[in-house]
Amino acid sequence: MGSIIVSKFRQTLITGDKTYHQITEDLCRPTEKTPGLAWILAFIVSVSVLSFGLFAIGWTIYYGIGTWNLNRTINWGWDITNFVWWIGIGHAGTLISAILLIFRQWWRTGVNRAAEAMTIFAVMCAGLFPMIHMGRIWNAFFIFPYVNTRGPVWPNFNSPLLWDVFAISTYFTVSILFWYTGLVPDFATIRDRAKGIRKYLYNVASFGWTGSAKHWQRWESLSLVLAGLATPLVLSVHTIVSFDFATSVIPGWHTTIFPPYFVAGAVFSGFAMVLTLMLIARKLLKLEDYITLEHIESMNKVILLTGSIVGVAYLTELFISWYSGYVYEQFAFFNRATGPYWWSYFGMMFCNVVSPQFFWSKKLRRNITFTFFLSILINIGMWFERFVIIATTLARDYLPSSWSYYSPTWVEIGIYLGTFGLFFTFFLLFTRLAPVVAIAEIKHVYQYVANQFRDRNNVWHGHDFDHPEDIHSHEQDDAGSETEAPVQQQLSGGTIKDDLKKIEGIGPKVEQVLNAGGIHTFAQLAQTDPQHIQQLLDEAEGHFAGNIPDYWPEQAALAAAGKWEELQEWQDKHKHGRK
Amino acid sequence: MSKKVIYGLYDSEHGLFDAIKKAKHEHIEIDDVFTPFPVHGLDPLLGLEESRLHIAGFVYGLTGFLVAFLGMTWVSTVDWPNIFGGKPYWSVPAFVPIMFESTVLFAAVGMTVTFYVVSGMGPGIKNPILHPRITDDKFCISFNTAEVTEEKANAFFTSTGAEEVGVKEI
Repeated sequence: MGSIIVSKFRQTLITGDKTYHQITEDLCRPTEKTPGLAWILAFIVSVSVLSFGLFAIGWTIYYGIGTWNLNRTINWGWDITNFVWWIGIGHAGTLISAILLIFRQWWRTGVNRAAEAMTIFAVMCAGLFPMIHMGRIWNAFFIFPYVNTRGPVWPNFNSPLLWDVFAISTYFTVSILFWYTGLVPDFATIRDRAKGIRKYLYNVASFGWTGSAKHWQRWESLSLVLAGLATPLVLSVHTIVSFDFATSVIPGWHTTIFPPYFVAGAVFSGFAMVLTLMLIARKLLKLEDYITLEHIESMNKVILLTGSIVGVAYLTELFISWYSGYVYEQFAFFNRATGPYWWSYFGMMFCNVVSPQFFWSKKLRRNITFTFFLSILINIGMWFERFVIIATTLARDYLPSSWSYYSPTWVEIGIYLGTFGLFFTFFLLFTRLAPVVAIAEIKHVYQYVANQFRDRNNVWHGHDFDHPEDIHSHEQDDAGSETEAPVQQQLSGGTIKDDLKKIEGIGPKVEQVLNAGGIHTFAQLAQTDPQHIQQLLDEAEGHFAGNIPDYWPEQAALAAAGKWEELQEWQDKHKHGRK
Repeated sequence: MSKKVIYGLYDSEHGLFDAIKKAKHEHIEIDDVFTPFPVHGLDPLLGLEESRLHIAGFVYGLTGFLVAFLGMTWVSTVDWPNIFGGKPYWSVPAFVPIMFESTVLFAAVGMTVTFYVVSGMGPGIKNPILHPRITDDKFCISFNTAEVTEEKANAFFTSTGAEEVGVKEI
């Protein structure tokens, strides 16, 4: 079955020596069998909580925002706290799938599908809050600029609240497109295993995917551009959310540090939520081979990094408020730590600044129970952060006679719980309807990483760790440009020999074949017709299917002329010596 | 337009590569190649041109940018000028976030729709599937019988070690 060559010195992405077919079996299984008792119970609980949330939303819409404990001073409470919290969680999916794709972090493939799903559901939960916060939800479409009969009256394009509308709706749309495009080939895999009505439904969902080479090429091109678009997009979303605060004139809010600090916080909380979910999912769906300890450790490292950024941001904020000499600003921060809401401030500081520091220890990073516990703690801490920023600041504004204390009503708590119900209901359905790990992508990456440094013919595409003399020559390259003469050897017969391995696509074995065919120098290779080389390869013993000589003479010409920098450039531009 | 294809299934991408190279060498015209996942190095071998999808994406993005920029300019200077916070009517820096979001939205939606349309895919569309294992773990080469005779194709598949050979009207 599908032979897979695994590199000796690279961490494998999935464990357990799978064939392609086994990967398909493992990942399709949860969509094909009847759900277990744990799933059914979780689903019932989620739907019940969701129903209660819907009831609370209905209550709000029927009786109005007066059912919440907001007042003239405290006009934002749990609603906007929850909105910012959910939006923050919704950042990890795109970060994992887009930014880590661009950084070539192949481990992302094990978790990107589930993280993207989580993103979409979290953004749905988030979007709910501004909508019901409007009070008259049936007029929600007023926020969009459309040609209307009222003047026309347009929304205020200078308002960060309107920017938010654009940012979040764009983010939601692009996330869905990115996620679904990845799902299409996997739906086709399920379709081709299914029968009857399931086959029909999955064919509808798979858009009639065939797996043709041209479609794959376009699919990859689309995925890459969507990733490129999603990368600045994900950074823009929380930046714009932070503008809701930063462009106001409320002490404690109008700070320029907000955008980067919100983005770091969003990634921090998003990864924590991914971990919470994936640690459960990998256990229940038996995905331990696909979501390995390496994944958990990598995500914990991201948590450590972003958690430290958040910690530095908190301290910078404190310092600047003191250094500004502006009493209202100073009071805002003093009040956060020592005012009536001191408990939320210390909750935030402990959960977000202190707790991730435990991840400096490798042992704790790889401890599943501890990671799970900490991920929950971080989720709580990040909720506190938003609560601290919103409620404590508004509760004590410029006018002491208006000061008050805010605590939520049952309606506000009910809506917040309801969003959990919504989130988990959708996530549970997702684990049953679609593969939680991207099947086609994991096969591709499995193959790609395995072949990254050595292909079947022992042709090296990177540093050669098995042949120390090759490493030596690479080191020489790095030493300086003056010593970069071709590694030329005087052979016993008086012939001069170049190191043909410098050409990308030529390894030690191919070099032997070429030498046997009378090609010893770059100049000779440059003069040779690719078809002739092909003939030599075809006649030689061994498999050289992966070696395509079409562009070897072109490279050899550069090498023969001593244009090493240009050759380097050429090789960087063309992967594996192919155009 | 229906055509009859003969296809062969291979076990691994290496077998597929070997077979395609042989077909190229013998000048047998390949109709299509199907794989369970994107296989790199296949495009140059098959002589597939680079996809122009990203160029379309750029055009869509530019459209989105212009729609947002010109739209907001028109609204705030011509259609209904309003002063917000003592700023000029035409306050371009404040338009930047929406221009950016609109660029991304147009590019992403436009490219995705284009991808499905040019690939002949969409909800409910039923494309012929040569073999159910193609989306699992088999690598498939197909020949159009109008261009390559079945005997020739059969001989080719035998010599390249195809696991399974079949004929299908599509």
